[in-house]
Amino acid sequence: MTRTLLTRVALAALIVAAWELLPRSGVVNPVFLTPASEVARTIWELFTSGELAVHARVSLVRILEGLGLAIVLGVPLGLGMGAFRGFERAVDAPLQAGRQISAIALFPVFILFFGIGELSKVMIIFWASLWPVLLSTVAGVKGVDPVLVRSARSMGARRGTLFRKVILPAAAPSIFTGVRLGAAYAFMVLVAAEMIGANAGLGFLVLNSQEVFAIPRMYAAIVALAAFGLAVNAVLLAAERRATAWREAAGT
Amino acid sequence: MTTPLSTRPAIRVAHVTKSYRGAGAAPGLLALDDVSLDVRRGELLALLGPSGCGKSTLLHVIGGLVQAEGQVVVNGAPVRGPGLDRGIVFQDYALFPWRTVLANVAFGLEMKGLPAPERSRIAREQLRLVGLSAFEDRYPSQLSGGMKQRVALARALAFDPDVLLMDEPFAALDAQTRELLQIELLRVWERTGKTIVFVTHSIDEAVFLAQRVAVITARPGRVKEVLDVELPSPRHARDVRSTPEFTACRHALWELLSEEVTRASGEASAAPAVATPPRRGLLGAFARAFSRRAA
Ligand SMILES: Nc1ncnc2c1ncn2[C@@H]1O[C@H](COP(=O)(O)OP(=O)(O)O)[C@@H](O)[C@H]1O
Ligand SMILES: [Mg+2]
Repeated sequence: MTRTLLTRVALAALIVAAWELLPRSGVVNPVFLTPASEVARTIWELFTSGELAVHARVSLVRILEGLGLAIVLGVPLGLGMGAFRGFERAVDAPLQAGRQISAIALFPVFILFFGIGELSKVMIIFWASLWPVLLSTVAGVKGVDPVLVRSARSMGARRGTLFRKVILPAAAPSIFTGVRLGAAYAFMVLVAAEMIGANAGLGFLVLNSQEVFAIPRMYAAIVALAAFGLAVNAVLLAAERRATAWREAAGT
Repeated sequence: MTTPLSTRPAIRVAHVTKSYRGAGAAPGLLALDDVSLDVRRGELLALLGPSGCGKSTLLHVIGGLVQAEGQVVVNGAPVRGPGLDRGIVFQDYALFPWRTVLANVAFGLEMKGLPAPERSRIAREQLRLVGLSAFEDRYPSQLSGGMKQRVALARALAFDPDVLLMDEPFAALDAQTRELLQIELLRVWERTGKTIVFVTHSIDEAVFLAQRVAVITARPGRVKEVLDVELPSPRHARDVRSTPEFTACRHALWELLSEEVTRASGEASAAPAVATPPRRGLLGAFARAFSRRAA
């Protein structure tokens, strides 16, 4: 355990050191690659000036709205598809087709319909994160042990109760996996959306910094994006651990 | 038309036929063929038959989980679906892995609409009776097989059904645990006076537990015979398995069942795997031990 931790720290230190020394020694042009220490200083400046918070908040709201919408629509739809074969067969063809359409390809269409404002950005994040949420919900429902359903039915559980008290908790681990994957997809299209017709957000900050040749700021924004993604994933993981604590219990 | 409550059977199974539809063009499978059976109020009746003969199907039909032709009447009311007047204990425990032991036991009470404090009180009492008070906050994955089955039993008893339907509940347990739980079940039965239908493929288990044993034929399932088991009581007080009465019962069931297992497997020499050949010298005890009767 401590050994793997040591190698991990060592590897990270090595990468940071290379990042610092390659531009400093002139092996890589320091105009194109800002040394790590300078990127760190720029992040600190962006942080203390409050500029980072402004962009991060804009990006966070977009993620929460897009991913939230994907969860609110994808989970019930997935529950229905997983539980009712007839319903699944009816909606399967259009959904399979929809899944193949890249969210980025749809962005011009969304701009056409919803304008260049927030709505079109939220919509492409929704579109990208819907599929993993939906598909893993369907898989989760189909994986529910029929014995548990039978057991609940034998104690008088009807459809609504069955969904709330058996199918949803049994499918929860799979749904959470889908949500985390959805969040990762959401980040990818967030950056793309913020690079087209946005005036705030971490993705905007990356592209805008490059355009005005503020290269240290560009790297700072990229690092901030990565940290932001890790933080969101950590929050989702913590929520998942809390909600499915019973799975960890087996090991103790 | 009205029968006095005391003589009315707790469960009446009348001409129940069940065939499962085959997938696509495959022919259907006749699982139960015109099964009729009365279960007396307060008795422990075992359904004994070879694997695949339709025991679970019959139990699920009584439980209202499976629809079939014919009629099942429980306490005078025709069965139309599942209900809290019947509690089912499944072979594979069927505990909810995301619920603690206490919350599992309280499930039926939730369905009954009892308020939370009442649910906890009853669930705790049931856990105490099966000796698992110390485990109420554990999850099922943290329990042994025997403990899980105790929780399943407590869960079924918690909502106080008139009838307990048990589907090979101890089949997956090791021999010692199984014997312990058999004795516990007899105690529960004596304490609560519940009507119990107990599915098993073990002759030994059927004789040890049941007042009557219904032998089910190989597929399609029919009731071949119903045997009375008369053993010195209480059964759990001494080593009842070594009494001549026990041996005699076991022998009679072994004969009945071996024909079915032979038929089921299509092999000439097949015999029930769980049975041990009877001792010949005890034929005289057979007559005392049980009275045979056609179903
Ligand atoms: N849901 C089902 N669909 C199709 N066939 C089934 C189903 N359930 C049981 N069967 C078949 O019905 C027969 C009786 O099954 P079951 O009642 O489980 O027998 P037992 O409990 O005595 O082993 C078996 O041949 C089994 O394969
Ligand atoms: Mg069975």
